Amino acid sequence: MALLRRPLLLLLLLLTHQFLHSWIVFGSVNEEGQKQEDFFEELLLKPLPDRKLLTHFHFQSSAPPSSSNGRHHHLFPKAISQLVQKFRVKEMELSFTQGRWNYESWGGFDSIPSSNAKPPGVELWAVFDVPQHLIDAMWKNLTHTLSGLFCASINFLESSTAYSAPEWSFPPASGNLRYGTLPREAVCTENLTPWLKLLPCRDKAGISMLLDRPSIYRGFYHSQRLHLTSTGSGSEGLDPGIILEQTLTVVLLPNSQRASLARAGEKHVQPSWSLSSIFGKEVSGKCVLAETSNVYLLLDRGLVAELKQLRKENEKSAEKVSTSENNWTNPSFELSAKPDRIFIEESSLLSKNPSILYKFEVEKYSESEPFDLVLTWKIPVVWLCQQAPLHASRFLMGSGNERGAIAISLKSTQSSEGFVGANFDDERCELQVDVFQVVPWYVKVYFHSLQVFVDQQPKAVSDTIEKIHVSPSKDKESPGVMELVLKLPCSVSSAALTIEFDKGFLHIDEYPPDANQGFDIPSAIVSFPNFHASMVFLENDSLNQSPLLSKFQEKSPVMSYTEVLLVPLTTPDFSMPYNVITITCTVFALYFGSLLNALRRRVAEEERFLKDKAAKKTGRLPLLLSKLSAKLRGRQSEPPHSTPGSSSLVNSKLVFKVILIAGLAVCWQYYFS
Amino acid sequence: MEKLKKKLGSISFWNWVVASIIFRLILIYFPKNLNLSSRPEVSTPLTSFRRLAEGYWLKQSSMSPYAGSMYHGSPLLLSLLGPLTVERIEGQPNHLLYSLVSVIADVVSAMLIRATGQNLQLAYFRSLESLDLVKQIEGSEVHSSGDVAALIYLCNPFTIVACVGLSTSPIENMAVILCLYGACSRLIPLAAFGWVIATHLSLYPAILIIPVIFLLGCGPDSPPRKLFLQKQQQKGVLNQAKLPPGFSWGPIIHFAFWALVWSVYVLVLCGISLKQFGGLWEMFRSTYGFILTVEDLSPNIGVLWYFFAEVFEFFRNFFLIVFHVNILFIILPLAIRLHHRPCYLAFVYVAVCSMLKSYPSVGDSALYLGLLGWFVNELSEMQFSLFLFCGYVGVSLLSPVMHNLWIWRGTGNANFYFATAMVYACLQIVLVVEGVSAMLNHDRKLRSLIAGKPQDSKS
Repeated sequence: MALLRRPLLLLLLLLTHQFLHSWIVFGSVNEEGQKQEDFFEELLLKPLPDRKLLTHFHFQSSAPPSSSNGRHHHLFPKAISQLVQKFRVKEMELSFTQGRWNYESWGGFDSIPSSNAKPPGVELWAVFDVPQHLIDAMWKNLTHTLSGLFCASINFLESSTAYSAPEWSFPPASGNLRYGTLPREAVCTENLTPWLKLLPCRDKAGISMLLDRPSIYRGFYHSQRLHLTSTGSGSEGLDPGIILEQTLTVVLLPNSQRASLARAGEKHVQPSWSLSSIFGKEVSGKCVLAETSNVYLLLDRGLVAELKQLRKENEKSAEKVSTSENNWTNPSFELSAKPDRIFIEESSLLSKNPSILYKFEVEKYSESEPFDLVLTWKIPVVWLCQQAPLHASRFLMGSGNERGAIAISLKSTQSSEGFVGANFDDERCELQVDVFQVVPWYVKVYFHSLQVFVDQQPKAVSDTIEKIHVSPSKDKESPGVMELVLKLPCSVSSAALTIEFDKGFLHIDEYPPDANQGFDIPSAIVSFPNFHASMVFLENDSLNQSPLLSKFQEKSPVMSYTEVLLVPLTTPDFSMPYNVITITCTVFALYFGSLLNALRRRVAEEERFLKDKAAKKTGRLPLLLSKLSAKLRGRQSEPPHSTPGSSSLVNSKLVFKVILIAGLAVCWQYYFS
Repeated sequence: MEKLKKKLGSISFWNWVVASIIFRLILIYFPKNLNLSSRPEVSTPLTSFRRLAEGYWLKQSSMSPYAGSMYHGSPLLLSLLGPLTVERIEGQPNHLLYSLVSVIADVVSAMLIRATGQNLQLAYFRSLESLDLVKQIEGSEVHSSGDVAALIYLCNPFTIVACVGLSTSPIENMAVILCLYGACSRLIPLAAFGWVIATHLSLYPAILIIPVIFLLGCGPDSPPRKLFLQKQQQKGVLNQAKLPPGFSWGPIIHFAFWALVWSVYVLVLCGISLKQFGGLWEMFRSTYGFILTVEDLSPNIGVLWYFFAEVFEFFRNFFLIVFHVNILFIILPLAIRLHHRPCYLAFVYVAVCSMLKSYPSVGDSALYLGLLGWFVNELSEMQFSLFLFCGYVGVSLLSPVMHNLWIWRGTGNANFYFATAMVYACLQIVLVVEGVSAMLNHDRKLRSLIAGKPQDSKS
């Protein structure tokens, strides 16, 4: 019996395990056959020209719209869905960034920099699906919630001096948008851990296993981003569908000891790297909850062009044509694993050098056979990343703590010339540049002092600025917002905007603890609405479309963030509020007192009054006083032997009363002590 | 002989006037106006030229000029002076037209001061005559106080700096002087106009209504009635006809009527120019409200900015009340003691206001120093006048140095600059107190002269 029971139990266990497994993987199948919650994990690797490596983790979870109220989520983080429901968030993006994206060498035209290069610190924007008057309240609550969720001081964005409402220059332009940044927020693992908590596998399985804290925070730039879009209106009891996109972009310098050992002679060879050397870990299979789990290696257009060039030279020199040459074993580099698919960019614009994407499916690998990608460069390659049409940088002008000027300088990048010609008609070629700038209230900007220089020549503001929207700052209430649309000729080589400001003076309580460090002006956003960063990689099976690739296909406008500016402000003396208060009040008292005294004084009258007094000393009180003094003197001449006896002389009643009270007091004291 | 002397005097007066105008023009032609327009002594948030330009720009781009906290002046100034902030003449300094307007305002003010001063002196002599004191006074040297006051106003470095520094204070001062001139020469509509405009521009001249009422009610200089009574008692005859006219209510009602008319007019004009924006309420909030709540803490020559930058937040309202009540409380005692000299009362009020103002500038000091010139004969025995003069010179030299050390070089501390502001406030206090006591002493002297006269005649 026992023997019979055991295999039965085993069978039962197996069956339930199977069932549970399938239940977990595919989510609960709704009765109506709706879309299910799903999760994708992807990692993109991209070599950068300056020997660095871009690693871009992309996790996407989505929850379809459902009708159940207070529902249970299988994969989707409940905290996020509650947040979306409660604050009616239509779209939201939160990013934590440390370091600055180097637009010159890491590129500014791809979809990775244009949506993942973020300003240092925290940036948060959100679009709400509520009436206008409720937005600010919703924003305040949202900041507090996020602050708790991500262990960051996002709640400082609550005060109305910290956020703004851009009208049209910020890309998801909408009246219900609120935008705020905290440039000085320090980003650390305590922000990453709650972010990882939102993933179904955390960092225990799948690609997220690679997220080794020391190697991430050793990087030159890392930006952790959370972007959520709620689809479908939440009307008729239907909860909105939510797409949550979590990305982590890290720029690392691969540890190139091995490479340097192997090829000590060649200095300019790109460092070879492997996943295990970068992150110190390997991927042991996918997260079982993920739909797909892929690693991509992207060679961008410049690199592909350079490689082609090199190959041609090789062919010429060595005449060693390998007909069976496949794309992944290249003469210039070598991959350790065979890619599962190779995509070539479908692009009508630049068909010459389409970028190449290698796809590796992590699914195939397991604990025993972990996935590790090694890229070894054989020959030195030098290339340039594709850059935005204009390179924007921002700086402060002037010295001293009274006033200054902000300058935004736009310099043409050589690579963009080809695009300009292709994008526009030749006759009236104009380059549209949107500038969005928020300044805190203590930087008091004079908008009338806006000046535009094109090719070092001052231009009339009305000629170059097509549209301007300004909301001036209110002291201690709201920051100043400036939105501009610049129309520059395509042949422009440099342009600059300058605007003057006065530095404000704050109350001592308003200075941060390190007042002399200065105050930050958040990054300006320079975007080029006529340029779109998109890479189209066609996939045959549209069913299993990878979210990362579809993200690449989206036409996002090219935008770049400028530097954060540090403005030193004058400080009062923090140590002596008491001195200031007392001295000032003394002076005012002096004024009031001496003026009143001067007004009151009547020299002649006083003299006359004194004379009168001297002439006739009549008056009841002085008389009484003089009498009393005479009495006292007279009495003092007598020996003071019996005090009660002398009371009968004048004020016998009074003295009696005094003695009575004294006696009472003595009795009181005697009895109670 | 007397006439010749007068003529010579007037010639030298006009020379001085022309010289001061030429000096201003020279300064205007300096590049960037010597950066005077951004000095904290000249441009307070209320008088700053750049803020005016910003307000005008905002208005031109169809936004409320009071959006943001840049502009806090009158909407009428925007309509009148705003276009001058953007007007450029090729080959000329940037803000030439605006500077010319300020120069004209200064000259007009000086002329009005001169006329008022002459008026005052006439009235003074008339009252002395009625007291038969002319002979006693004649011994001492008598200056033409109108000329002196006008020259002090025109040649005062403070006035010149305020004028060249493109601040709006020449205009504000002109309104105040217009008010006093109108009251002295009994041009009641003009006085009401000046009073309404001055109040509209900078709020504090509102308290000038008291001296104006005295001026209209009793005339520019009426010795205390008591003196007449005393004198006539001594003579033994009570001659009602020789008594100065008492307080007459007619002109005051007239003045009230005109003040009402002008203020309605000004409000309507403001309302029209702000119709599409926030309306009058927004104007009051960001002009008078801004003055009364001392929101802007940028340094100026006063002391309140530093005080309110340092004071604890929960005491702020209390001290705001205290400082403004300081002005209000002194009104009554001064009015009681100096009611027979309304112009002097006006001077003291102006001086007190410019001392306790939330955003004082040198333009305010220029005004009261100019008005001080009217009383050059009466105040000839004022104490500490040399000390005060040296103090003013010292502070006006030290204050820019301290500001530079603190703001530009960073080697100094805020207390350095605040100390000069404190000294400046003390100097003004001494000036006011000494001025008031000197005037009271002068009255005492007159009284003693009357009292001593019978003895003189006896002897």
